[in-house]
Amino acid sequence: MADIAIETRDLNLWYGTFQALFDVNIQVKKGMITSLIGPSGCGKSTLLRTVNRVNERLGYVRTTGSVDVLGQDAFGEDVELARLRKEVGMVFQRPNPLPLSIRDNVLFSHRIHRGNAKASKSDEDVLLEDALRQVLLWDDVKDRLNQNATSLSLEEQQKLCIARLLPVKPSVLLMDEPTSALDPKATAALEELIWSFRGSYTILIVTHNMAQARRASEDCAFMLLGKMMEVAPTADLFLSPQLPETADYIEGRYG
Amino acid sequence: MVDNAPKLSVRNLSVRYGDKQALNGISLDVFPNEIFGIIGPANSGKTSFLRALNRMEEFDANMTVEGDILFEGQDITAIRNVYALRRKVGVVFPLPVGLPMSIYENVAFAPKLAGIKKKAELDEIVERCLIRAALWDEVKDRLDALGSLLSGGQQQRLTIARALSQNPELLLLDEFSIAVDPVTTMRIEDVLKELKEEITIVLVTNLVQQARRLADRTAFFLESELVETAETEELFSGVVKDQRTRDYVEGRFG
Amino acid sequence: MSLFARTGLDEHNRRVEWLVKTLFLLMTVLLIIPVALIMGILIQRGAPVLSWGFLTEVPTNGMTAGGIFTALIGTVWIVAVALLASVPIGVAAAVYLSEYAPDNWLTRAINLAIINLAGVPSIVHALFGLGAFVVFFGFGRSILAASLTLAVMTLPIVIVATRESLQAVPHAFREACWNMGATRWQTIRRVVLPNSISGILTGVILEVSRTAGETAPIMFTGAAAFLPFLPQGVLDQTMAMSLHLYVVSTQVPDVPDALPFGVALVLISMVLVMNATSIAFRIYLRNKRKW
Ligand SMILES: Nc1ncnc2c1ncn2[C@@H]1O[C@H](COP(=O)(O)OP(=O)(O)OP(=O)(O)O)[C@@H](O)[C@H]1O
Ligand SMILES: Nc1ncnc2c1ncn2[C@@H]1O[C@H](COP(=O)(O)OP(=O)(O)OP(=O)(O)O)[C@@H](O)[C@H]1O
Ligand SMILES: [Mg+2]
Ligand SMILES: [Mg+2]
Repeated sequence: MADIAIETRDLNLWYGTFQALFDVNIQVKKGMITSLIGPSGCGKSTLLRTVNRVNERLGYVRTTGSVDVLGQDAFGEDVELARLRKEVGMVFQRPNPLPLSIRDNVLFSHRIHRGNAKASKSDEDVLLEDALRQVLLWDDVKDRLNQNATSLSLEEQQKLCIARLLPVKPSVLLMDEPTSALDPKATAALEELIWSFRGSYTILIVTHNMAQARRASEDCAFMLLGKMMEVAPTADLFLSPQLPETADYIEGRYG
Repeated sequence: MVDNAPKLSVRNLSVRYGDKQALNGISLDVFPNEIFGIIGPANSGKTSFLRALNRMEEFDANMTVEGDILFEGQDITAIRNVYALRRKVGVVFPLPVGLPMSIYENVAFAPKLAGIKKKAELDEIVERCLIRAALWDEVKDRLDALGSLLSGGQQQRLTIARALSQNPELLLLDEFSIAVDPVTTMRIEDVLKELKEEITIVLVTNLVQQARRLADRTAFFLESELVETAETEELFSGVVKDQRTRDYVEGRFG
Repeated sequence: MSLFARTGLDEHNRRVEWLVKTLFLLMTVLLIIPVALIMGILIQRGAPVLSWGFLTEVPTNGMTAGGIFTALIGTVWIVAVALLASVPIGVAAAVYLSEYAPDNWLTRAINLAIINLAGVPSIVHALFGLGAFVVFFGFGRSILAASLTLAVMTLPIVIVATRESLQAVPHAFREACWNMGATRWQTIRRVVLPNSISGILTGVILEVSRTAGETAPIMFTGAAAFLPFLPQGVLDQTMAMSLHLYVVSTQVPDVPDALPFGVALVLISMVLVMNATSIAFRIYLRNKRKW
């Protein structure tokens, strides 16, 4: 039990009358990188957004079943959303930097979670540089840290969105196609970065890049039409998939 | 292989954003019924090139374009009726935008602008374009759902369907598949190969493999400059002259 | 002790959250108290005169008896004509400023002028209306002159509300349309306006309230203290609720105590009904919204 970071049981989700998830069961192991693959529209983002409960903002979303995060019921009564989301950081498909300076973006959640405790400018500078270096952005932006983050290119924005999670040291990172807006070089660097997070963070990463899933994840989950088809160690899933649907997908076969 | 007059002739094209040079002195030709690939690292100016082709400097007071762009021999930097130009040119940009209307209306938007009113005709266009964009099966039962609430990859395919609905002569694709899974991407790529019988396609991609699969000729952009243009096979077989192209292409295959 | 349970920091944040929320609620209540008091007093003291006849009969006995029919209809006329003039102009101007105007000094100057226009006292508008519409354009004292004066006065409300709601529509939607060869206008009509209509309606709601309640601007330009008949067209003078209220409360002797309160109650109810309708419409539109 202790080594499971995320566990869903019979999770169903409806957007209005449209059912997007059907009895999803998955266990994501602590400190591991688990990739989530499947055709566009099969419910990967929906599943991610259910884990940190951002789907709730839509009034017409209904869920049944349960989601445990770090052994705790994420939908439990005493769950403080701020706590949950500090533990569970998320990177979205579309970069969503705040309309603030680069500096303030990176330090934003840190400032919120630190409360009234003062941090000196030099402490913040250290956090800032460390976070931006980890995402390979430091050299590009170090001379314009006060520039508005929305003026960055798409790629830089996405890197920034990853960087801003790091100062609060979350334990689970949900990543929704974090590299799809990046070029191969940055993608490779990011993969490396994510790979180096192994052991210190639990990472659930949605990717359309099969090579990426293969290279940079330890477990792999395959979804199809809202159902969790198969979860297995990545090597096994790619070498000997149990279901014909999985085999078709990873071999790129289509009707 | 290509002997007819170019569909698109670009001469000495430069694009600036404020003081920042994004493209510098680009000259190239795109011929009818070819897929013309553009590859290059981030910020090399690929997107800016496509933006200039659709006269998008008009949306951005910061953007200036210099040089000549001839579309079927006519200089588009001078034409008045940019709307006619844009109706002939379909564009798909990497950040998909589902318009805040139903899926059906998203795809019927351009045909309606073009004056098509008959329901049956619109139905046919919507279905054909959604099928070509590999989206039809997923949404055929909810065409009246909002396009802006689809999943990322579905919105991207919706954007492709919308571009096709214009019945374009020239299709500009900018990283059209980044939010779509490989299987679906293959489906769309097959459609593009069929489509080039009818239209001309300029394909910007940072997946060099995709350029290799699809493009007849490929241009390599680097730091705002065009390094070279070559038959795709030459480019990938290392015949090309420029060392930088070879490095870029090979670096990806490692 | 659950992992996601509240910590000291969350307790602190909750307290701040609670404090802020309560403070805002308090402000809102403070705002509602006078409104509630006014309504309460009006209902209590005005209710005795209310009857079907009060609404459908003309004032008699030097306005100390009878109903308020002519004033009621007069106000409807004035509000309707004012809206007819100011909504199209205001929306058009806002669309121009937000969608077409280049960002230069002239545009900024116009924007500044609009904001200043909102600060001009209504008595100045009254004098302007008198000079411009009554005398210069020769409309005389008439519904037309009064409504146009009110329209000028309330234009900034419509313009500012419309401009703000147009600008709330994401730019990416516009570019997507333009890229398909849609003209600016086609884009505005099919995408921008449909998605900002609820904000525009907010402006119109505010304007209705303003227009129905103003006294000074119409006193000089088209509203009469007493007329026994209804206006036949926009060039006639008319009675109006706001002016009638002023007259029966201050100018006429021997008015029954309840009468002014009854008039005020009807006036406010009218505004409330119009507002409620447009709010309902607005909610209906917003629920159909889009992104
Ligand atoms: N709207 C804009 N305003 C200002 N600068 C811009 C704008 N768009 C692009 N640039 C700059 O112009 C240069 C070229 O950008 P462009 O988007 O054309 O490159 P790209 O090759 O498409 O890159 P990518 O592979 O990341 O999409 C970059 O340095 C970029 O920062
Ligand atoms: N806000 C929403 N309202 C209604 N339907 C939605 C909403 N978000 C997603 N859907 C639908 O739910 C299904 C699953 O969407 P989801 O975004 O989870 O897919 P995905 O697997 O992440 O796809 P992609 O790879 O394209 O991002 C899709 O069919 C989508 O159209
Ligand atoms: Mg998704
Ligand atoms: Mg680009």
